[in-house]
This record gives sequence, structure tokens and C-alpha cells, in this order.
Amino acid sequence: MFFRIIRGGIVRQRRKLLLIAITVMLGVSLATAMLNVMLDVGDKINQELKTYGANLNVVPRGASFLGDLYGLEDGAGVSDKYLAEDELGRLKTIFWAYNIVDFTPYLEAPARAGDKDFAFAAVGTWFAKTLDLPTGEKVTTGMRGLKSWWSMDGEWPDDARNDQAVLGYVLARRLGLKKGDTLGYSGPDGKPAAATVTGVFNSGSAEDDLAYLPLAAVQGMTGLDGLVRRVEVSALTTPENDLARRAARSPASLSAKEWETWYCTAYIGAIAYQIEEVLTDARAKPILQVAESEGAILGKIELLMALLTALGMACSALALSNLVTASVLERSTEIGLLKAIGATDLDVLLLILAEILLTAVAGAGAGYSLGLWFSRIIGQAVFNAAISVSPTAVPLVAAMVVFVTVLGCVPAIKLLLSLRPTQVLHGR
Amino acid sequence: MNILELKDVSMTYGTVKALQHIDLTVGQGEWLAIMGPSGSGKTTMMNIVGCMDKASDGSVVLDGQELSKLPPRGLTAIRRDKIGLIFQQFHLVPYLTALENVVIAQYYHSMPDEDEALEALRSVGLGERARHLPSQLSGGEQQRVCIARALINCPKLILADEPTGNLDEANEKLVLEILHRLHGSGSTIIVVTHSPDVGSHADRVIVLEHGKIARTTTGALLHKSA
Ligand SMILES: Nc1ncnc2c1ncn2[C@@H]1O[C@H](COP(=O)(O)OP(=O)(O)OP(=O)(O)O)[C@@H](O)[C@H]1O
Ligand SMILES: [Mg+2]
Repeated sequence: MFFRIIRGGIVRQRRKLLLIAITVMLGVSLATAMLNVMLDVGDKINQELKTYGANLNVVPRGASFLGDLYGLEDGAGVSDKYLAEDELGRLKTIFWAYNIVDFTPYLEAPARAGDKDFAFAAVGTWFAKTLDLPTGEKVTTGMRGLKSWWSMDGEWPDDARNDQAVLGYVLARRLGLKKGDTLGYSGPDGKPAAATVTGVFNSGSAEDDLAYLPLAAVQGMTGLDGLVRRVEVSALTTPENDLARRAARSPASLSAKEWETWYCTAYIGAIAYQIEEVLTDARAKPILQVAESEGAILGKIELLMALLTALGMACSALALSNLVTASVLERSTEIGLLKAIGATDLDVLLLILAEILLTAVAGAGAGYSLGLWFSRIIGQAVFNAAISVSPTAVPLVAAMVVFVTVLGCVPAIKLLLSLRPTQVLHGR
Repeated sequence: MNILELKDVSMTYGTVKALQHIDLTVGQGEWLAIMGPSGSGKTTMMNIVGCMDKASDGSVVLDGQELSKLPPRGLTAIRRDKIGLIFQQFHLVPYLTALENVVIAQYYHSMPDEDEALEALRSVGLGERARHLPSQLSGGEQQRVCIARALINCPKLILADEPTGNLDEANEKLVLEILHRLHGSGSTIIVVTHSPDVGSHADRVIVLEHGKIARTTTGALLHKSA
């Protein structure tokens, strides 16, 4: 009988219940999308932010890399410490190898543009170098990936060609060169050389004064075969937390268990530590500004999404409460009648709640699917990546549905309990 | 044996004195009619006796139980177990068939029993219409479904508030026949009515005016005076 009454109620009020279902559906789809994105977005946003800069600088231990960053100050302050180029593949063998997105070595040399006798910094690097790892795998890494957001008019040079270069647009303008021209120059060894300008880039930063050449070319003119000055590494990191900050301040203060947790979490400090483990005499310095602002932005985006979800849920609850109250009002005669012929408040309450909950569950099911679709769209449109379906979202969404539905039903329940049969049955 | 005893019962809605110091006893198996002008308190009295409202003052004893001391749940239980209600508007659940509308009263009372419900519909001449929705029934037929529903749990007391108020003569006759049959089988009936014709079928008639019992007479006398 109970089910016959519910079925009858649902069939008769299908239009209102449809609205309720749609309300729940929209709320749930929003929550699902947001939760799925939120639970998966850490990596996505990190990856996105990675586009805007490397977050580790690997230098030789004991080198003061700031002073000779561009090797311009001939002799003065230039350390004689270098990193070995053939060790760099090991970066992809550390525990967090997959979090290392890209890396590239740099070796700077002062150079003069041939005919104009104009001094500039030539930086040897990898553009898209394919490395054979000790594990047998191959990886391709270099500036093309690391600086993917630089706007480039032309092409990156070929790593195997010593006669190609790209110029920052500021330098290119000073030298009066453009894509396709030939740059005549001489390095520290004084030998004249020439390189085809394959492209002119705009980085929006100090690099616009530099010329980038294949690493081998700069190693050749400086006589530093197989050596690099520093390595820029881009890594996916977990936002810093208390543990990470404590580890950064004094690693000794961690217990063995904490240390293990720290080591096995993709904190930037842990990754730096592991890089130092595999490269001889290397010092990996987190570029903290980038790392921390990444964490902060991530936190803010997640907060924003949580707020949006809460807001969406609140709106759903509000709309739901209107609809349910209207439905109870519309059926007040019927409810009064049921009470008059012996239904208790609880009987009637169960009836209405069952009806609404059934509707809400149906709406939630549809909303969940819709939400997954939304999250896919958001993933594509905003992060350019697939958002994975998070099973954690399901119980969270379910809890929200129940909470919102019950919350939305509170005014209707109050109304329902206060409904006296005498009022409705005599049309007062 | 009295099934109902009202002692000094008053009902006020704010400043409106709907009932004032009513004393009334109704015996088991009696057919009582309540008459009186509009606003005299007839429905108010039915609501109190029917456990849908509590009197503001006085004592109401129904089948040995003092109503004024009962909590709402208790009132619901008494209404369910001892009273059959028939309204002027034929209130039925619109999406349930005639049969289901009767079964639902069984459901809240004890156990649904379709055969018994069908029998009840047959007794009011609606055996053939059991599967029809209220919207497919005439007013008279709807009212008879309401009566079948009121009777299904064998209530000790049947309360009918203007049961024939919205019916034509033919249907009024049908309803009165049913009431007579119930009366014959020993049910206690209280009917509110404006129609002297309907009132004349009662054993006893009380006339309310301004919330007080103005006169008491018998159906037969009423018939003569009408
Ligand atoms: N819930 C209420 N609130 C305020 N006043 C009420 C309420 N119910 C009834 N009354 C008042 O009590 C008085 C008696 O009303 P009642 O419904 O009992 O009259 P009645 O005799 O049934 O009239 P009718 O023949 O028109 O049905 C009327 O004056 C009415 O306005
Ligand atoms: Mg009335």
C-alpha cells in the first residue's frame, strides 16, 4: 500500500518532481564536477604552472652561481666547478622520476658578434635532446619543453647541429638579425664561427638578451667538453605543508617515519634531495618563489572550487525547499485526509520523504553522470588534460545529496507537521 | 450505556465562542442529528468529538476515554480505531482507485484486506466501480466511497458532517439508506445537517444556536413540524 501511495504520488506530481530531480541533478553535477576536478587538479594545475618556469636549479656544490650566471664577468668570480653532462640522465632514475617533467643543462660563454664586435652571452643547452637512460628507456628533454610558453618566431635549433642558434628578440634587434640570417661570432677561444639563426624568441624576461646554441658548440669553444654549469629542472610537486617546511629547516628533526613520509612525497625539497643523491657534487636549489606560489595558487583554486560547490549546494537546497514546500501545500488536502483517517505524523512524513528521496536519488544519478561529463569538459578546456574519475567523490556527493535534500525538506516538514486535518478538510 | 459524554464543553477561537457549555450524552446505537444555522458550532462539535480538535474547556468522554487528557498521538489512535468520518466534500486520494481509497484506511488501521474492502464497496452499491479513480466517479458515488472507507474498520461511532450537502435527492436517498442499514446493525451515528428531511431520520435532533443547544427534539417531531 505504502508503495502504491508513493507511486501514485510520483505519477501525479511528475512535473513538480521532475523539477526537483532537475534541481538535484544540477546541484550534484556541479558538485561532482568540482570534486572530481578538485581531487585531480593538483597535478593538472601543477603541470599547467610548470609551463611558467622551472622550479629547481641544480648547480655544482660550492659554486656561487649568481655572480657568474651568464658568464659575462670574465674570470672574476667564475668558479671552476661544473656538473658532468653524462650524469644528467640519472635525473630520470630517482624515486620521483616521473615527476620530473623536463630539464636542460646550461653552459655559458662570453662571445662577440663578428663584424660588429658586440659582446653577448652565448648559452649552450639542449633543445630536444633524446637521452638513453641506464634503464634502457629513452627520454627527450630540453628547452623546447621547459620553455614551451616562450613565443618563438622560427624553430628551435637541432641539438646535433653546431651551426644553429636562437636569439632573444632584444639581442636579435641589437645585432640586426632575423630568422634565417647568419650570426658570425667568436667564442672565448677566439676562433670565428657562424650559426644560422633558426628562430627569434620572446621570453618576456632577461633571457631575451641571450643567444642559445647547442651545448656541444659552447663546450667546443670553451674547451669544457662533457661539462655543464647548471641544470634547470621542472618538476611536479606536492604543495608544501608543515612537514615539508620542517624538513627544509632541519632535516635532522624528523623521526625516521616522518623522514620516510617526506622522502616518499613529491615535496620539492624531497625531489631536490634525491637529485643531489644521483648527481656528483651537485646542489639542487628549489626556486622557492615559484614552488610556494604554486602551492598557494593551488590552495586558492581549491578553495574557490569548494566555495563554488558549497554555493551550488546552497542554491539547490533553497530551490529544493521551495519545490518541496509547494508540493506539500498543493497536497495539503490529501495529507490532511490521510491524517484524518488515521495516519500518524510519522506515516505522512515517511511518505513524503520517501517520495522526495526517490526523486532526489534519480536526479543525483543523472547529475553524477552529467558531472563526470562536465569535469571532462573542464579538464579539456581549462587544464587541457583528462580528469580522472575519482571514487572518493561518490560518497562525498552522496552525503551532500542526503544533506541537501533533508535540509531542503525542513520547511516542508515543519509545514506538514503543523497541518491539521480540520483546517484542510473544511476548507479553512 | 453511553458512548459519548460531553460535560460543560466550550470551544473558543480567539474571541469567537464557537461552543459554550455544552452538555450532551449519546447512547450506544443512537442516531443523533445536529442542526442549526451556519456558524452555530456544528462542525466545531464534530471536530471535537472526532478527535481532530481539543475542546478549550470541559470534558469529553468517548467510549470510556477522556479525550482532553490525550496527546495528539493518542487522539490519532482513537480516531483511527473508533471513528468513521464522512465529510461534506467527498475527500478521496485522487490518484488511488475507489478500492485503494478504502484499503488505505485498513492500512493505517491494521492490515489491508482487499476482499473486505471490495465487500464494503459492494455494500454501498459500487462493486462494479472498484477500479475507478475518483475523477471517474460522480459526486454521489464518491461520497459512497467515503462511506465505505468510514465503515471499513467497523467504527463504534460514525460522524457525518453534512454528508448529503452536495448530493441530489436520489443520491441523498441512497446515503440515507446506507445510514439506516448501519443504524439497524447497531452503529452509533451523528449527522450534521441543514436538511430537516435528513434530520427527520434521526432518533434525536439537537439544534445549536450561537454555540449552545437551543432545542432538543426527535426526528419524528421534526418531520411533522417541517
Ligand atoms: N479555526 C477557526 N478559527 C477561528 N474561528 C473558527 C475556526 N473554526 C470555526 N470558527 C468559528 O466558530 C464558529 C462555529 O463554526 P462552525 O464551523 O462550527 O460552524 P457550523 O455550524 O459548522 O457552520 P456551517 O453550517 O456553515 O458549516 C464560526 O463563527 C466560525 O467562524
Ligand atoms: Mg460546518
